[in-house]
Amino acid sequence: MKNTHKHHKGLHCAAATLLALAGCNMAVARDLTIVNFGGANGDAQKVAFVEPLQKELGIKIITVAYNGEQAKVKAMVETNNVVWDAVEVETADLGRGCDEGLYEQLDWSKIGNKDDFIPEAIHDCGVGTFVWSTALAYNAKALKTVPNSWADFWDVKKIPGKRGMRKGARYNLEFALMADGVAPKDVYEVLSTPEGVDRAFKKLDELKPSIQWWEAGAQPVQMLAAGDVVMSTAYNGRIDAANREGQDMKVVWNESIYDLDYWVIPSGSPNKALAEKFIKYASSTPAQVAYAHNIAYGPINKQAITQIEPALQANMPTSPENMKNALLSSYDFWADHGEELDQRFSAWSTR
Amino acid sequence: MVHALILAFEQATSRRASARRADRNTIMTGSTAGAATLATRKAMAATSRKQKWKAFALIAPLALFLLFIFIIPIAMLLYRAVDNPEVIQRLPRTLATLERWNAQQAPEASSYVALMEDLQQAKDDSGSGTLARRLNYEISGYRSLIFKTIRRMPFESDAPLNAAQVKQKFLEIDARWGEPRYWQAILRNRSPYSSYYLLASLDLQRNLDGSISRVPPTTSAFLSIFGRTFEISALVTLLTLVLGFPLAYWISTLPKRKANIVMIFVLIPFWTSILVRIAAWIVLLQREGLINKALMGMGLTETPVELLFNRTGVYIAMTHILLPFMILPLYSVMQSIPPTYQRAAVSLGSHPFGAFWRVYVPQTFPGIGAGTLLVFIIAVGYYITPALLGGAGDQMISYYVAYFTNQTINWGMASALGFLLLAGTLVLYFLYRRLTGRELGLG
Repeated sequence: MKNTHKHHKGLHCAAATLLALAGCNMAVARDLTIVNFGGANGDAQKVAFVEPLQKELGIKIITVAYNGEQAKVKAMVETNNVVWDAVEVETADLGRGCDEGLYEQLDWSKIGNKDDFIPEAIHDCGVGTFVWSTALAYNAKALKTVPNSWADFWDVKKIPGKRGMRKGARYNLEFALMADGVAPKDVYEVLSTPEGVDRAFKKLDELKPSIQWWEAGAQPVQMLAAGDVVMSTAYNGRIDAANREGQDMKVVWNESIYDLDYWVIPSGSPNKALAEKFIKYASSTPAQVAYAHNIAYGPINKQAITQIEPALQANMPTSPENMKNALLSSYDFWADHGEELDQRFSAWSTR
Repeated sequence: MVHALILAFEQATSRRASARRADRNTIMTGSTAGAATLATRKAMAATSRKQKWKAFALIAPLALFLLFIFIIPIAMLLYRAVDNPEVIQRLPRTLATLERWNAQQAPEASSYVALMEDLQQAKDDSGSGTLARRLNYEISGYRSLIFKTIRRMPFESDAPLNAAQVKQKFLEIDARWGEPRYWQAILRNRSPYSSYYLLASLDLQRNLDGSISRVPPTTSAFLSIFGRTFEISALVTLLTLVLGFPLAYWISTLPKRKANIVMIFVLIPFWTSILVRIAAWIVLLQREGLINKALMGMGLTETPVELLFNRTGVYIAMTHILLPFMILPLYSVMQSIPPTYQRAAVSLGSHPFGAFWRVYVPQTFPGIGAGTLLVFIIAVGYYITPALLGGAGDQMISYYVAYFTNQTINWGMASALGFLLLAGTLVLYFLYRRLTGRELGLG
């Protein structure tokens, strides 16, 4: 009898703990959780967005870093267990997620006046976070001949050595066409035809023996600093962050491809109102100016753009000088042809 | 874990078989001790039944746990490899009108009306995204066609449109709606199950007439990727065996204390995070890294050797990371081999080396089998090492599973590739069991 009594008591204890835990989960409201790509970008957001808002609203904001995996968001929304409130996503993911109902439709009256934003930053499901650029980068300490176009990137005689390129079809096909003489504004038109795609891959064939592929944003900086490559495609923000740490790397703005990241709110998030407040703050002028001071990404707030010193502006994708011959990455093109071209790229890289 | 379950079950049933054999023996020893043996037989049967139920009761929690946490979710995920719900869900009326379509030219106006109703409903339900994505797999560019059309809905007009006018509207929006192949793409997906993902994973496609043919060489990648995956895994398995066997043998000949110390050196890297080890290899293998500096300092090479972002780096890092998986099974088997056999062979006149090869090594076969199988199966599923250390042509199949899962959210392809990998691994495992005639035991 003593045994069964202990047995029952044990069971009671276990049941009570479980119920308490379950109750706890539902009773305590979750802190606002914002998700970004981490790295130098994450650090700049912490200083410019998260900490001031924490002070202003008196709440705790949890920051999570990820590498763009939308599978997590999809799983969260499908199981109705959303633990992320404001997520930074790339253009392709914004379009796809919005179409499939993964993200909430935004109430722009809570976000701000649409006239204050650059036109590319306005979307049904997303608000632009910043403008970034994929461009040609090189180490000024190691390279004497200065490249200034993709034709130079492809010219192994003029500038011998390895080149770094992002693993995948995106950007590389556009750069290949530009190196082959296509003007930036015509690139997507040419690339929409089968002959254009063949032309881009043929051009990539020329450079293939000298290419070293990178996957993560931090790798080109590492490769350039170590001297593994003489030139690389890279995100301009990472190059700028490296320069702040003492490196001497340069970005070629001519023929660069710029794009935006967007804030989205996964469907069914319990902290939707707070997330909207966060996005509103992150898009406001003082926050955007503070952010731009910490990392060389362009603001999406028109007022903020005018308030940044020319010296800093020169490093940003949004300065008129740098936008002159730049190309906006086409969401429509990559949404339609992304998988097909990535598959062709995989087949091409095997040969 | 599943294998442990199978083993335990087999042992439980073999105990039942041996109990039955004992019964038969009792019967054959004669009916003179009839009554006594009958009672003994019944008692033995009762105990063996109790033992069997005890075995089941012990296994049951683990089996149920595995079933719900492991087997059922994996089965559900693999089901996505053949699941084809999008067109059936979103275009039911259109499919109904296409049943009697001859598939040669553009369909009748009634199909266009049905399509308009279906697309309007999809727009209202936010289902247009998944539909557009699925059809885009059939014909590239279908996605923007669907969205272009939906954006213009509902069609503006003063009076309700008749069927011919609806068809006209569609053709005005985009001439592609008049091409049969876009409608054939819809018709092809009227079954709830689709072979599209599995065929695509093998570089095959289904033609309009239903036959299967190979995908054009410019886009066929997966067969060579599977081949590459198995090739890399096989070579890494061989390298770990060649490097691990002498080390395990040496450790097994050491006295206990020294053996423990050396085993700690084997286990500490094993317990270190894999990303830390990969980062360490990147630092060592890069052009300005320690290995190249040492090679150039010793005068063995003039220019730095390319050890990173190519197949060599992948082999080096994977071998290093998978060595403990080879050493530990080998060591555990070698420990249980008494040295007397070798000594006996030498005393009978064998050359020591011959004694080693013909007496000792065959006794280590269970360990070799276990080690190679373990290393091979782990290597086949490797993702992060080739992703960080390899070039574009060194990616193994898991990289593409991750690509489809995370970047394009094409879970059908991810599941199909995963299923094929699982099937390939199971086939190899059963081949292994056939060839060696033994279980994954360690002695």
